[in-house]
Amino acid sequence: MRQKAIYILSAIAAVLLTWNLYKVFMVEPDELNQGAMYRIIYIHVPFAMTCGTGFFVSVVASIAYLWKRDLRYDAIAASVTEVSWVFATGVLVTGSIWGRIAWGIWWAWDPRLTSMLVCWLLLVSYLMLRQAVDEPGQRARLSAVLAIFTFTDWVIVWKSIEWWRTQHPGPVLSIRSGGGMAPGMEAPIYWNALAMACLAAALVLLRWRQEGVKREIDALRRYAHAL
Amino acid sequence: MTPLSFTESTDKPAADKATAVTSAAGEPPKPRFAAIRMILAIAGKDLRTEIRTKETINAALAFAVVILLLFSYAFDPTSDQVREIAGGLLWLVFLFAGALVLNRSFSRELTNDCLDALIASPASGAQLWAGKALANYVLLLAIEAVCLPVFGIFYNLTWLGQLPLLVLVIALATWAMTIIGTTFSAMTVNLRLRELMLPTLLYPMLIPPVMGAVKLTTTIMAGDPIGDDTIWFRLLIGYDIIFTLLSAALVEILLVG
Amino acid sequence: MTALQVQDVWKYFGDFPALRGVSFDVEEGSCLALLGRNGAGKTTLLKILAGLSRPGKGAVKVMGEDTRAEVTRRRIGVLGHGIGIYDELSAEENLRLFARIYSIPDSERVVSQWLERTGLQNVREGLVREFSRGMRQRLAVARAFMHQPTLMLLDEPFTALDDRGIAVLQDFLNDARRAGRTIIMSTHQLREALELATDVALINRGKLAYRGARTQEMLDDPTLLYRIYG
Repeated sequence: MRQKAIYILSAIAAVLLTWNLYKVFMVEPDELNQGAMYRIIYIHVPFAMTCGTGFFVSVVASIAYLWKRDLRYDAIAASVTEVSWVFATGVLVTGSIWGRIAWGIWWAWDPRLTSMLVCWLLLVSYLMLRQAVDEPGQRARLSAVLAIFTFTDWVIVWKSIEWWRTQHPGPVLSIRSGGGMAPGMEAPIYWNALAMACLAAALVLLRWRQEGVKREIDALRRYAHAL
Repeated sequence: MTPLSFTESTDKPAADKATAVTSAAGEPPKPRFAAIRMILAIAGKDLRTEIRTKETINAALAFAVVILLLFSYAFDPTSDQVREIAGGLLWLVFLFAGALVLNRSFSRELTNDCLDALIASPASGAQLWAGKALANYVLLLAIEAVCLPVFGIFYNLTWLGQLPLLVLVIALATWAMTIIGTTFSAMTVNLRLRELMLPTLLYPMLIPPVMGAVKLTTTIMAGDPIGDDTIWFRLLIGYDIIFTLLSAALVEILLVG
Repeated sequence: MTALQVQDVWKYFGDFPALRGVSFDVEEGSCLALLGRNGAGKTTLLKILAGLSRPGKGAVKVMGEDTRAEVTRRRIGVLGHGIGIYDELSAEENLRLFARIYSIPDSERVVSQWLERTGLQNVREGLVREFSRGMRQRLAVARAFMHQPTLMLLDEPFTALDDRGIAVLQDFLNDARRAGRTIIMSTHQLREALELATDVALINRGKLAYRGARTQEMLDDPTLLYRIYG
């Protein structure tokens, strides 16, 4: 059942992505100010949307674990966080490339990119905590609490970095020079976001299965020790 | 040496012994303000131990002075440029030195399994956390109180001008460090890589209050009016309230398996 | 009155069950010797009874209340593997700290009394760091039971005690029993424990393999239960 879900989701993602890429590269005209490179926004923004959604989902799963104490919720939280972290890395890389093309510097301290960097650090801290704990129940408990803390912190970070940058204006990664995007341009972002979500879901399911197998092996190992 | 006795006294007459048994077997009365007394007892214990051994305070102060010295090689300490980065420097020193104190917070309970004795006691997780946070707060403020004049001397910065405001910023931001540090100390207490994990988990979390503290400190030390920067005060207060509540609510889960 | 009810307790470490459906009752005033090999689950069970850990499934009731309820934590006294006293505080300061945490009335007098009873009144201001093993153990007993708990939980209390220490502890536990306290004690020291016990329970690989009264047979042949039930 899960196997089928993984295939179907991946297929949908592949189709959507291919169709969108075609649209993005072939159909859309070059943007006024930034030339051809603006197309990276169609990957950068959906990456960010997926990452943010993933972070939120992992917090929900963490709270569910603390409530029900069912390790499956913990497996979901861990898988979603790991996939979100991958997407966060994607945001940083595409953002860096974009900044290089737009302003000639590899890192622009753009407010949203900086918030994403902090998000990346917070997600990494979650993953590092999980690495440091062997016992599954303890690992689930500690990482669930950490997820709640880091997500709350990130919401605050997002706001505070915006304030910081209004006081220290600097380069901003955006093509909204006038204040909005032309109507036709927005659609591919959302389609891509959907495609990314499908891809993310497929990866999460894969990772979730891995977590389940790891737990089984762990249990078998303990049985063996006990004998 | 009189043998250990569970009743009031071994040489009391038999009748008294009987009454002693029954009255002692009844419910012990709970005095008022028991929670506050427990919190203060735990805070006092941490402070007394630290003052007696001075191990953490000495290490933190020495570390702070070394960092200040190293910074002086990173840039010219006499230039005007220092004024612009003063806030950042100061808070970096506080953060690094503070981590040493915060790490010890729960790990000092591991010898002789004292942590188990405390968790099994009537002190709830939140009360235990509050006591330790209080002790950490005092220690951190003490370290900062020493660092501040040294900082002023090394970098020729005066901070006496707007002292009350500076004290307010330091008080708020240090509390932010304290609560997250104490909570994460509880989180990492049973891990092998405790010393490594705590700073790794701690610093990303502290980015908002440190940002606010740096901005405000730089403004205050430059003698500029606060103006737009009041938003950072609101951030610090909001952060402190949110995470104090969150910590008090969740620390029991961290401590009890 | 039932002092302790263990109801179908399971404890998992990941998917591995350290305790499997353990159920038993302990009557008030009895003394239960908890036996079992290393790794059988005794310490895991005691930690759950002490409120240091939560069961995965099932429940534990101490005098009808949850193990983590504040009223329960006032009623129990725990002496684990680690002795739970602070090396950097004096004997007096240690007892005073726990007297305040347990809200013991007239604490100064109680602390002085216990220091006398444990023979530590002459070193009351000495730091625990400098105490001998026996002195620490005695202070630990004072710390754990100063607040007159009705349920006492001891995890291998006789381990690494010299003869004098064992005699002192046995005296103390006998006294407690006479005062109507309930005692649960896990142990490898079969003879000492069985002498004190009224009841016996044996844990084998996480399961309760035997639960019953202590008999003369067991006193005569301490390893009997291990041979029959593992």
